[in-house]
Amino acid sequence: MIALILRELRLAATGGAAALPVVFFLLVATLFPFAVGPDGPLLARTGGGALWMAALLAALLPVDRLVEPDRAAGVLDQLALRGQSEESVALAKLIGHWLSFGPPLMLAALPAAALMKLPAEVLLRLELGLAVGTPGLAALTLGVSALTAGLRRSGALAGLLMLPLAVPLLIFGAGLVERGSDAGALPLLAAVSLLLVAGAPFVAGAAIRAARD
Amino acid sequence: MTALLRLEAVTCRRGGRLLFEGLNLALAPGEAAVLTGPNGIGKSSLIRLAAGLLRPAAGTVEAAPAALADDKLALDEARTLHAALGFWASLDGRGPRMAILAMGLGHLVDAPVRILSTGQRKRAALARVIASGAPLWLLDEPANGLDSEGQERLAAAMAEHRAGGGAILAATHQPLGLDDAREVALA
Repeated sequence: MIALILRELRLAATGGAAALPVVFFLLVATLFPFAVGPDGPLLARTGGGALWMAALLAALLPVDRLVEPDRAAGVLDQLALRGQSEESVALAKLIGHWLSFGPPLMLAALPAAALMKLPAEVLLRLELGLAVGTPGLAALTLGVSALTAGLRRSGALAGLLMLPLAVPLLIFGAGLVERGSDAGALPLLAAVSLLLVAGAPFVAGAAIRAARD
Repeated sequence: MTALLRLEAVTCRRGGRLLFEGLNLALAPGEAAVLTGPNGIGKSSLIRLAAGLLRPAAGTVEAAPAALADDKLALDEARTLHAALGFWASLDGRGPRMAILAMGLGHLVDAPVRILSTGQRKRAALARVIASGAPLWLLDEPANGLDSEGQERLAAAMAEHRAGGGAILAATHQPLGLDDAREVALA
């Protein structure tokens, strides 16, 4: 299990694959003020939600590299031969993927928040929301990645599958940023994220098995 | 002596098509069987059934821990041959060194997997099988792309594996140099 998680981290590090979502996230954060204009209060009011949108779209980027290369190369078959259940392989992938996705995104949120002129307490709520929400985003990416593995031109389909499922994360994540934790957004965000994290290994495991036939 | 592989009345269906039915096969330690038959008859499917990667439509499959070499290399392209083979060998609790030497890849240990040629990739896949230490080897076209020296190394590795109490199920169109192997013709 640890060897599998380390392998995921190594794969994420090769070729800068892990940097891609972070760079994309920062790019959106840079573009948004250009689009809205240099209106500080307006940016501060809408910036948190925009950053959650950016995080959501950034989570889409690794969809084609999480499962499909391993399926095509026979790595998943070889793991099955060694008695690893597809669910535990998916769990290892989930942990490895989150480690290469969640913390870097939370770091990138610091300069992004500065670009949006977010006040310190809003930034704190954004970081809290990302800490709770990115495992859910990573789980969604993994599940959709496994479901679309082996399909040609799966990118667009992956987006169609994933973005509607991510709506609760977006609502409660952005709600937490905007209204603070007294509105009850944090426990709901945590609940959705937990549900996704708990379900993804089973969905991904079943999808990997089904792709063999 | 218990069999390392036992197929009883196995029926295989792929995509709604019947490939074969009622197939019986047992391999005891030291035994080898060669699957022959025309393209598309189900040789690779039978190998995957034995590996537990496909489920039979009917019948039972019992197999000892197996190592599989098919047309998928399953080595990380960006890593060196030694590191990529070492990943699997460490999961199996072994080292890859002997297997790399057995397949004559000693000069390539530090080369990244992505630059290997077709024949070298085949050798690397076979080295992964040798390094696994699994008692049952499932080989799908193991001699494809191998030069005569590679084929000799494969034959030697298979002979050593059988002498050590292992069993081999191979699908092939070429002679593999497997002495007294049973031939299972799918038709």
